[in-house]
Amino acid sequence: MRLQWWKILSIILLLYTFIAGLLIPLPYETAYANSNLYESMRNFFFHVPMWFGQLILITVSLVYSILYLRKPNHRYDIIATEFARTGTVMGCLGLLTGAIWANYTWGAAWSNDPKQIGAAIALLIYIAYFVLRNSMPDMDKRSRVAAVYNIFAYFIYIPMIMILPRLTESLHPGGKGNEGNPGLGGSSLDATMETVFWPAVFGWTLLTTWISTLRLRVRILEEKKHSA
Amino acid sequence: MNHILALIKKDLLLEIRQQYTFYGILLYVASTIFVLYLAMGQPEEKVWNGLFWMIQLFICVNAVAKSFLQESQGRMLYFYTVAGARDFILAKLLFNAGLMILMSIVSLLLFQVLMGNPLQNPVRFIGFVCLGGCSLSLVFTFLAAIAARARQGAALMAILGFPLIIPQVLLLMKMSNTAFADVIQAGLLQIVLLLVALDVLVIALAVILFPFLWKD
Repeated sequence: MRLQWWKILSIILLLYTFIAGLLIPLPYETAYANSNLYESMRNFFFHVPMWFGQLILITVSLVYSILYLRKPNHRYDIIATEFARTGTVMGCLGLLTGAIWANYTWGAAWSNDPKQIGAAIALLIYIAYFVLRNSMPDMDKRSRVAAVYNIFAYFIYIPMIMILPRLTESLHPGGKGNEGNPGLGGSSLDATMETVFWPAVFGWTLLTTWISTLRLRVRILEEKKHSA
Repeated sequence: MNHILALIKKDLLLEIRQQYTFYGILLYVASTIFVLYLAMGQPEEKVWNGLFWMIQLFICVNAVAKSFLQESQGRMLYFYTVAGARDFILAKLLFNAGLMILMSIVSLLLFQVLMGNPLQNPVRFIGFVCLGGCSLSLVFTFLAAIAARARQGAALMAILGFPLIIPQVLLLMKMSNTAFADVIQAGLLQIVLLLVALDVLVIALAVILFPFLWKD
């Protein structure tokens, strides 16, 4: 096992996320006085980093798709696929953790919130990406067409998650009135929570990168076995 | 520019000579709306609007799907060497935008005749219909190119395209809602500009990515 420093860092950060995330005192104003969040607010350290992770992973996938089009190296294609795959898994987890949280706080698991819609669209796009890949037997063509779709979809998806929250009201923080905000509601994140939140984001991102690299090594070994 | 015009002219001539495709789509439009009329009668304006744009979506998939599938591998190579990939995709985008605007206006007329006329501001709605037909056709033209490359038909186009078309459809619904009442919606211009910006983005992506798609 190749235990590099960032893998150890990932383990430490996630241990810290679980321990501190479940133990630190929550800001009384936002968690109890002004809302019905209560202890469910701790889901913030698990739900939100899933989305950060997903966005980072699909961005890595995009970069490798662009690299593939510039220089058709089969390795780039495998990297782009595997990062998109882990990104999709993160998206599913983000949707699930969000649905559980929404069930307790908003009264229903699904309420057509613009960010929920955006999340579902991301899943549909990337599942379509895998369907497209599997529809072509020829390896060269598959890599190239899939890379083109990956780039096209990414550059439509990002404006979409900027536009959608501004069209309708959102239950997410920062979504009141017509001032829908595509990012976080900045005011609800206080200093104590930030000390757990950012390490959590880094921890989850490193963990998923680790998972992707493992998948990558398996894929490369499989292909060596087939070509030998 | 000359190449683009020549390619559009070629597509037009093909449509005129093989009329069955053109009339095929027209018949598709007419029969879909007729079935819709039998199923729904004359719905209220919100439903009318929703149905109208959904029907546009399906018409677009079917009208645009054939644009790359009809070209054989050898003919593609010929166009590629004669005109270049960028001219080719621009010609297809323009031609399909024109075709889709025509189909949208035909389906608007049929909607008026069969499904009732809840429009308070028809001129504005016609403008939105042209813009909408154009926006839908741009996205689906590029997806048709991808689907044709994968040797798949309209089904794959729908899978690839429906998630990506959602921002356009939502913007179109929102702006066309203003044509049903005499109210002035704040920020209408902003929504229209947003849609135009999305169109420009799609054209830019198509022009940049298409040469990679067809390189062999």
